Amino acid sequence: MSLEAIGALREPVRRAVYEFVVSRAAAVSRNEVAEAVGIGRTLAAFHLDKLAEAGLLDTANAARSGGPGAGRPAKLYRRSAAEHAVTLPPRDYRLLADVLASAVDRAGIEPAAYAAAREQGAKLAGGEVIPSLEALGYEPFEDADRTIRLRNCPFHAIAETHPGLVCGMNLALLDGLVGGHVRLDPGPTGCCVVIDSKNNER
Amino acid sequence: MAVHHLAELNIARLRSPIDSPALADFVALLPEVNGLAERTPGYVWRLRDDSGDATALRPFAADVIVNLTVWESVESLRAFLYRSAHLEPMRRRRDWFVPLGDHHLVLWWIPADTLPTIDEAGKRLDLLRRNGPSPEAFTLRDLHPAPEL
Repeated sequence: MSLEAIGALREPVRRAVYEFVVSRAAAVSRNEVAEAVGIGRTLAAFHLDKLAEAGLLDTANAARSGGPGAGRPAKLYRRSAAEHAVTLPPRDYRLLADVLASAVDRAGIEPAAYAAAREQGAKLAGGEVIPSLEALGYEPFEDADRTIRLRNCPFHAIAETHPGLVCGMNLALLDGLVGGHVRLDPGPTGCCVVIDSKNNER
Repeated sequence: MAVHHLAELNIARLRSPIDSPALADFVALLPEVNGLAERTPGYVWRLRDDSGDATALRPFAADVIVNLTVWESVESLRAFLYRSAHLEPMRRRRDWFVPLGDHHLVLWWIPADTLPTIDEAGKRLDLLRRNGPSPEAFTLRDLHPAPEL
C-alpha cells in the first residue's frame, strides 16, 4: 500500500500538484491547484483524483456560497492523515520508539530524555532556522506577528501515545536547534512548539 | 445527548509537600489548567473541595493527589489533555511527581446522569492494575467504546 502511494508521486506534474496541496493550511480546490501549478483544470482534477485514490489526499465537498456558478459543490483536497513509509530492507523504528517511550515513562527519566534531545538539537544547529526546520520535516511558516509555527509534527504517531514525553523532547530538541525562544502552544493540528520572532534571523 | 459519559481518574505521587517551593510552579498552573478544562467543549464535571481544586484530598495515600473528571467523549478529554495548555504541566510532571511504576490513569464509562465517586474510581484503577485494560477499566492507549443502549 505505502509503496503504491509513494509510487504515485513519481510523475513530476503529479508531484508538483501534491506538493502544492500539502503546502496549504486549508483544503484547496481544483481551480486553485490548476492556477498554482500552471496546468489545465481537467489535468489538475485527474492528478488530484489519482492522489486521493492512492490514499495521499483526502477529499471533501465544500458548500458553495451564492452567485454565478453556485449550486454544484466544489471538491476540496487536503493531505491525508495516513502515514506512508517504505524502508528497504524492512525496519521498524516506530515500534522501537514506542517501547523506549514506555520505558522512559516507567522509569521516570524524562529529564534525561529532554537533555539528550536538547543536545541532539544543538548538534543539528547552524545555518538558517527556516531551512533547518524544513529539512527536519516541520513544514514551518511565519504567522502575522512573525512567530514561526510548524505545520507538521515529525513524531506524530509517538506524540499521540506519549504526548508529555514526546512534546517535551521536541521542545528541547528545537530549543537546542534554534537556541531559545521556543514554547509549547498546541493547536488542533500540527506541531505543538512555536518559535518566537526574536529567533527568526540567526 | 450521549447516554454515557467518560470518567477519568489520574493520580500522582508528590516529590515534596504541595506547599513547598518545589511544587510552586505546579500549584501556580492549577487555576489556569482547571479553568481550561471547564472551557473545553465536552467537559462535564471535576472533583473539587471548597478550595476549588482536589489537591487537598488524599484518599489513597498522604502524598498522592487525585484528579477525577467526567467528559462527554474520549475526543473531548483528548483535546484537553494533549491539545491545550495542559501539555506544559504534562511535560514537566517529573519535576513534581515521582514515577509510580504502574498505571496512574484509568478511564471507564458511566451513565450520563450519574457522577463517579472516589471510592469507585480507586476500584477501577485497582482493576486496571490487576487485570490490564478491559471495558470496565481502560486507558487512552487501549480505548473501549461506550456500552450499547
